[in-house]
Amino acid sequence: MSSISATKHHKEPLVHIVKRDEMKIWQAWLVRVAAIVLALLLVGFISMALTKEDFFTIYETMYKGAFGRLGSGSTVMLWNFLQKTAILLGLSLAVTPAFKMKFWNCGAEGQALMGGLASMICMIELGDKLSYPVLLLVILLTSILAGAIWGVIPAIFKAQYNTNETLFTLMMNYIATQIIKYYLYIEGGGSNKINPVDEGNLPIIFDNKYALNVLIVLVLTVLVYVYLNYSKQGYEITVVGESKNTARYIGINVKKVIIRTMIISGAICGIIGMLLVSGTDHSIDTNTVGGQGFTAIMVSWLGQFNPFIMILMSALVIFINLGTGKMADTCGLNSSFADIAVGIVIFFVVGCEFFIHYSVRFRHQRKEAKV
Amino acid sequence: MIIQMITRAILLGIPMLYGAVGEIITEKSGHLNLGIPGIMYVGAIGGVTGSFLYENACGNSIDNMSPFLSVFIPLMCSIVGSIIMGLIYSFLTVTLRANQNVTGLALTTFGIGIGNFFGASLIKLVDSDMPSIALTKTSQFFCKELPFADELGWFGDLFLSYDFLTYLAIAIALVSAFVLRRTRVGLNLRSVGESPATADAAGINVTRYKYIATCIGSAVAGLGGLQYVMAYANGVWSNNAFGDRGWMAIALVIFALWKPDVAILGAFLFGALCNANNYIHGLGVEAQELFKMLPYVVTVIVLVITSMRKKREHQPPAHLGLSYFREER
Repeated sequence: MSSISATKHHKEPLVHIVKRDEMKIWQAWLVRVAAIVLALLLVGFISMALTKEDFFTIYETMYKGAFGRLGSGSTVMLWNFLQKTAILLGLSLAVTPAFKMKFWNCGAEGQALMGGLASMICMIELGDKLSYPVLLLVILLTSILAGAIWGVIPAIFKAQYNTNETLFTLMMNYIATQIIKYYLYIEGGGSNKINPVDEGNLPIIFDNKYALNVLIVLVLTVLVYVYLNYSKQGYEITVVGESKNTARYIGINVKKVIIRTMIISGAICGIIGMLLVSGTDHSIDTNTVGGQGFTAIMVSWLGQFNPFIMILMSALVIFINLGTGKMADTCGLNSSFADIAVGIVIFFVVGCEFFIHYSVRFRHQRKEAKV
Repeated sequence: MIIQMITRAILLGIPMLYGAVGEIITEKSGHLNLGIPGIMYVGAIGGVTGSFLYENACGNSIDNMSPFLSVFIPLMCSIVGSIIMGLIYSFLTVTLRANQNVTGLALTTFGIGIGNFFGASLIKLVDSDMPSIALTKTSQFFCKELPFADELGWFGDLFLSYDFLTYLAIAIALVSAFVLRRTRVGLNLRSVGESPATADAAGINVTRYKYIATCIGSAVAGLGGLQYVMAYANGVWSNNAFGDRGWMAIALVIFALWKPDVAILGAFLFGALCNANNYIHGLGVEAQELFKMLPYVVTVIVLVITSMRKKREHQPPAHLGLSYFREER
């Protein structure tokens, strides 16, 4: 009886998964680019099936939706694309230090909303009382403070009691949303919305209202890169993320690192909130951040915590979002198609990491290897 | 008035109960599925699409519809839709060992996109003035009250007046509590979530358990979406109406300390909290918005308290969120 079962178990399984040695960087990137291309093709085929348009029209429409018509000379669409990319990139930058520490900050949405709310209150309450430079400084400081406070509350409990931060930060998003709704009622009266405020707007540079936002986010990108890779604190974050015990052993105060990193994470979210309210909308509502906080988590992961790769990834996500949105619009589909497309692309990019870290061997290949 | 308050709380709580029980089953296998909100959207739209097609096939007349089919078809569509979502998630996280948080969040984006996309397409098909689609006939079959519900006064209202999906939710919660705690399958599943290497060494097929647990969990969660549309909303689908109940369901898992039977009470409490702002007199509209925070604040408090007490049986599965590779010890 036992011999029968033994022979049965000796039969080799059809596929065998083996961990690879480190893949060369260009090979890994080839896999990732292939995954993105496959995902875009799949999105294209689904769109073809739904709209009955031909293959090239679909991609042309997607391109137009993101960058505007080719050679038209108008930069409106391009700036819109840059602005959306900058905001998504900024939020991704904000969550990255926390992620590197294995702290799942799902609360970028709420932290940015609170930063935006702080700017809004300053703009309304102090707009006519302070001179313009002082007002801008106060707006900057209060939004950083508001974002940091919203981020540090879960961090304190995580450091002290190891409270689950994913859900804590998630709940903080909804609490922030309700606070915004409350503020809209008391400030906007019956209309439930706030008209754009003229005081305390960020200055316009290069004749474009988005240029300053893009510039600030670019500066942040460099700062976060330097902070993570070339500072002592960045090194501490990496160690805590790899192993808390190692960190304790070499004398890093883990609690302090968790709290400090979340203050930074929340502060960057606060700045993004300020860019959205004082720099772009000059008003606020519950949809100001528009779910970008969640997308930022995926962008940060896809960019592998490298701010410069994250530029590409957030541009890709925004391209798909705007492109498929435009395509859905012109072909009479619902704009939610953009969400489906973004989901598909992320599935492919997340899934392709498997082929970078593991290789699949089939049974007959192994037999040949033995001979 | 109190009776009405309780029944309303129960109806509001049931979708969260479905979501929470589905998530508990998934988490017991060591997989944190943050895609539950998306899966619930897909479950809802699956049921809506199924019943829409059946109502049209019957010429939109209630006389032609058979009670069995008009419940069975949406139910099956909903379950199939959610299981496909579960398969996407488990293929990515179990077989391809992708990061569970990122996959889950992408699944939520994808699922909400699917829900709103098909919802909007159906709304466009019927060409109605309202941005919603009404399946009141199917809803009537779902909401058949138990016999004697009207005759027994408050007792009937409180215990017998619900749709059958509500009773099914409680039954599923109790059965899964029993299976997890008292049967060999439950023991195996828990060991897969606690220590997959040990389970593997004991001869348990870890991959199969993870796949099946995730798919059953998704199917259960998807029913929550169906219950919301058919019973709570009386068969009316409008885009984004389901809201953030999926996230509440995930919070409820921690509230219930990974116990499906505790989740029943938790769901009713969450339902009551969601509704509390309507029952406190003298609140202005703006104060009502503050009161709508209550469920989230309570969740946060519960999170903190459970993490402070640190009892061993109140902890999440030890291998939650980590992928398992047999050759890596």
